[in-house]
Amino acid sequence: MIWEAVRLALTSVRRNALRSFLTLLGIVIGVAAVIAMITIGTGTTEKVKADIAKLGSNLLVVRSGADTGPGGPRVAARPLSQRDYETLSLRLADVEAVSAASQSRVRVVFGTESLQSAVTGTDDSYFPARNWALTSGRVFNDSELRAGSNVCIIGTTVSRQFFGAGDPEGSTIRVKQMSCRVIGLLESKGFSGFGQDQDNVVMMPLAAFQRRIAGSRDIETIYVAGRDGVATSQIQARMEDLLRESRRVAPDADDDFSVRDMTQVADAMTSATTAMTGMLGAVAGVSLLVGGIGIMNIMLVSVTERTREIGIRLAIGAHERHILLQFLVEATVLSAIGGLTGVLLGLGIAGGVAYALSIPFSPSALIVLMAFGFSAMIGMVFGFFPALRGARLDPIDALRHE
Amino acid sequence: MSAPLLSFSGVWKTYGRGEATVHALAGVELEIERGDFVAIMGPSGSGKSTAMNIIGCLDTPTRGVYAFDGIDAGRLDRQRRAILRNLYIGFVFQGYNLLARTTAAENVELPLVYRGVPSRERRARALAALDRVGLTGRENHTPAELSGGQQQRVAIARAIVSEPTLLLADEPTGNLDTARSHEIMELLIELNREKNLTVVMVTHEADIAAYADRQLKFLDGKVASDSRVTEMA
Ligand SMILES: Nc1ncnc2c1ncn2[C@@H]1O[C@H](COP(=O)(O)OP(=O)(O)O)[C@@H](O)[C@H]1O
Ligand SMILES: [Mg+2]
Repeated sequence: MIWEAVRLALTSVRRNALRSFLTLLGIVIGVAAVIAMITIGTGTTEKVKADIAKLGSNLLVVRSGADTGPGGPRVAARPLSQRDYETLSLRLADVEAVSAASQSRVRVVFGTESLQSAVTGTDDSYFPARNWALTSGRVFNDSELRAGSNVCIIGTTVSRQFFGAGDPEGSTIRVKQMSCRVIGLLESKGFSGFGQDQDNVVMMPLAAFQRRIAGSRDIETIYVAGRDGVATSQIQARMEDLLRESRRVAPDADDDFSVRDMTQVADAMTSATTAMTGMLGAVAGVSLLVGGIGIMNIMLVSVTERTREIGIRLAIGAHERHILLQFLVEATVLSAIGGLTGVLLGLGIAGGVAYALSIPFSPSALIVLMAFGFSAMIGMVFGFFPALRGARLDPIDALRHE
Repeated sequence: MSAPLLSFSGVWKTYGRGEATVHALAGVELEIERGDFVAIMGPSGSGKSTAMNIIGCLDTPTRGVYAFDGIDAGRLDRQRRAILRNLYIGFVFQGYNLLARTTAAENVELPLVYRGVPSRERRARALAALDRVGLTGRENHTPAELSGGQQQRVAIARAIVSEPTLLLADEPTGNLDTARSHEIMELLIELNREKNLTVVMVTHEADIAAYADRQLKFLDGKVASDSRVTEMA
């Protein structure tokens, strides 16, 4: 009986293909939106979490100038100095590593190949602080750091561009006007959440960078990696005290530097994504509701159009429940087709966006099933009233209907 | 003699109230025996269709008792009347009333679908019924691909596929030309004879009514005359 009804429903949907399609748009769009949003949202969250993990856990980042929030303008201020760095590295307890770094986008050349890369001058603490290991070679040694030797460690993008699959170690590349010998290869970090290639990098001793690339002794960033189990907020407060002292900020003046806790940034970004996903989910819910009303409308039309058919069926012995079932199944099949189309469309959109933003494509079977089930349920709920109306028809009146 | 298949005792059917009250049936007394072939005649508005609706358990009397095979059908609820129709009654209408865009075989299978007959058996019985009404080879035609006479044959096949006790036909030849009308009547007579199928038919035409064993004339909601044509075999 059920299969009979499903077959009938499919026939009816096929006969009114255009009308069915238009009716289903609401459901299709609603489901596609839910699926796309949740899938993209999940992917973004995963990406953010992965990025933060790559940054290093318990990482605190110091920059000069007051922080006006993520993305906000930085108020210009005195750059960080060697003294600031030394103060933190000497006097901070409970930390894994303190590292100073400066960065600039510079042309890097090897033979006939060249590349615009992010060149960073730093020390050997940078690698543990940023949770960044080498796949081969070694980090800078003390004498290289002190002297500012012409040695560098390169990222995989640079290595692939210049050396293909070959071993870069021992080769000499040119960074701006400076020649330097490659001593190590960084492990790949991939693209950041903002679409930046984190492997298109060259690292050199800070002293070399300051002298040969930047031409100043300024420090752009100080990274502090807290020890596991120590609250970053505590370390942050201590750092702020030390920096105010080292930079001689008057007691009544605002900080002229900022300390950013990356764990908090991660949490903020995750919760922002979650909130956005939730909001878009609500919008999608409304469109599902609209889709349901569309189904109800079209089923009422269908019942009216087929009044005579219902009369014939009732006359030859169909029970109320047979008619009820027939139209309920039709509404459910209709909305399930919409749901399925929506799921496919939503996954397609999410896949495209994931590819474009290079975030992971993480479809959830549970969400897909829920969206599909929910849309089928909408058909059942909104199809019930029209179906009941059909089932309750008086066979004599229905047979007379033209 | 056994009990009659159908009996009306003091059956009234009243529509509307107050000024607008219409007595479609006004105290009908009637019995129809099993295996009989009855033609109902009478002017428009005399209550023929109303009587047919009650006989077919599509409707119930306002007053009085209508019994089908000893069952007080007028007191049955909607669902039980549906069961009764499905088990014992076949309908043939003036306008054929086949489902459009549905093949002849599928149309004929329909009563069996609601009886829960498995699809293979359904198909076999539908084909046998179509064969019986002379439509072998037309089982996959839709109503639009069949002539009026052929459509009415499909409708008759649908009415007999469930092997009913009673066949009700409200002006079965009303939409057909004379030759086709007589063919349909011959078919109904054959079915009446070979299956002992009771037939009750409404018609306006005397030559069609002449096929019946018994003629009833309705007037103002009552049976005005009742004549039996006795044939010597
Ligand atoms: N559903 C109805 N509501 C009101 N009056 C009706 C209804 N059905 C039939 N009637 C009236 O009952 C009378 C008998 O109708 P009907 O049985 O259809 O006559 P016939 O089939 O003999 O032409 C007519 O006067 C008709 O107007
Ligand atoms: Mg009539």
